[in-house]
Amino acid sequence: MTLPIFSASDDPGPDFAALLRDRGAAPALDTSVSGHNAVTITHGTTCVAVRYADGVVMAGDRRATSGNLIAHRSIEKVFEADRHSAVAIAGAAGPAVEMVRLFQLQLEHYEKVEGAPLSLEGKANQLSQMLRGNLPAAMSGLAVVPIFAGFDLARNHGRLFEYDITGGRYEESDYAATGSGSLHAETVVKVGFRRELSESDAISLVSESLFQAADADSATGGADTLRGIYPIVATINADGFSRVSDDVVGTAFTAIADRFSDNHGEVDA
Amino acid sequence: MSMPFYVAPEQMMKDRADYARKGIARGRSLVAMTYADGIFICAENPSQSLHKVSEIYDHIAFAGVGKYNEFDQLRIAGVRHADLKGFTYSREDVEARSLANSYAQMLGQTFTHEMKPMEVEILVAEISENPGEEQMFHILYDGTVMDEKRFVVLGGDSESIAALVADGYSEGMSAREALELCRSALAGEERELADSDLEVAMLDRTIGRRNFRRVPDSELATL
Repeated sequence: MTLPIFSASDDPGPDFAALLRDRGAAPALDTSVSGHNAVTITHGTTCVAVRYADGVVMAGDRRATSGNLIAHRSIEKVFEADRHSAVAIAGAAGPAVEMVRLFQLQLEHYEKVEGAPLSLEGKANQLSQMLRGNLPAAMSGLAVVPIFAGFDLARNHGRLFEYDITGGRYEESDYAATGSGSLHAETVVKVGFRRELSESDAISLVSESLFQAADADSATGGADTLRGIYPIVATINADGFSRVSDDVVGTAFTAIADRFSDNHGEVDA
Repeated sequence: MSMPFYVAPEQMMKDRADYARKGIARGRSLVAMTYADGIFICAENPSQSLHKVSEIYDHIAFAGVGKYNEFDQLRIAGVRHADLKGFTYSREDVEARSLANSYAQMLGQTFTHEMKPMEVEILVAEISENPGEEQMFHILYDGTVMDEKRFVVLGGDSESIAALVADGYSEGMSAREALELCRSALAGEERELADSDLEVAMLDRTIGRRNFRRVPDSELATL
């Protein structure tokens, strides 16, 4: 690999995607292939994000489906985008994971080249542009629909953004959800949401939302106690991104399951 | 018809080297050394925003002295090289040795073929998870690469500064000890350097994935 040196007039600046294109290394999906069956492509499903007192809690289940089959039981859909932001994805797993990888690198590349990180708004906008670039693929069945959340160091509070496949970016003040189970998940969050939730209450709320989504949507996975696989929950606050441990998530799910079976179990005759 | 004057190759190379050395000697110097948690880099630099020391990749840092626009161009090329490589292959395939070789090729090429050599001296430093495996590649304006152990001094007055560092250096120093040694060596016998005259950064193996950490002047007192 030679050293990428540019003349001042065609320097790509801090844009990593432009650099990739220049080097002919940009990932391109061939959307001219028509008639493929979108059902056979692996899909990731439900993710939610909720604002709480110190920032944002984000959660995603671990299931990927391929049609009516479970393709993977432990994929990850919630990613650290950079120190103070996170991205969660639903949709075609292949392009989604690739998009996240490029997004993470784009943020880091910008920060290193410019010597300062992008603003939260700038990061959200970057993701918009990547989604817009994916539109032809989305129209042929490879849609990716992320949620982006972060702690805005300039405003000192958490913010979250929803997207559509065209790159449309919609800032939400309280919560957001995406994926096949999002209808159920969002309803649970909507009913349980209060302003200034504590961290543990916010973790319980997102856990409950995924529990209910998994209960009603076959493409969403719940807590798999048999294999010890739990949904990924992460907090993003002034101290940055951190994964909530499986122990804490497991405890939250056990509490929900106990309550659920108390209320729904068979009544002794 | 005009005839170009004949200049002996030895003379031409010497002139270019003198030119580059003079340019580098106009700037202030920089010291890098291994310390308890990785590699400590300290430059004399009154500017808060025009950095001499920067992050390249997870375990790799860059430092340059001489002409700012020239070493900054090299820094950005390094970031691009590393990020492209990490994206194409994997993060663990990005290493300082290959980057240092690329820099050396480029600087050597410029030195012999271009109108003017680059007036820079650069350092590519890398740490590994294990203490004692630090690498510091010191690259000169003509493409000469030196693989340095323990410590390295970049800049015009490097010999006298290196002598001062050698006197006070020991393996496994704390960040505080490294800072004070760099400060006194850069200042020399007759000067004092305040926190605001220094730029300090380190590759610290005890912090997360991205090991590069810049220490603002305001935090130097409590390092």
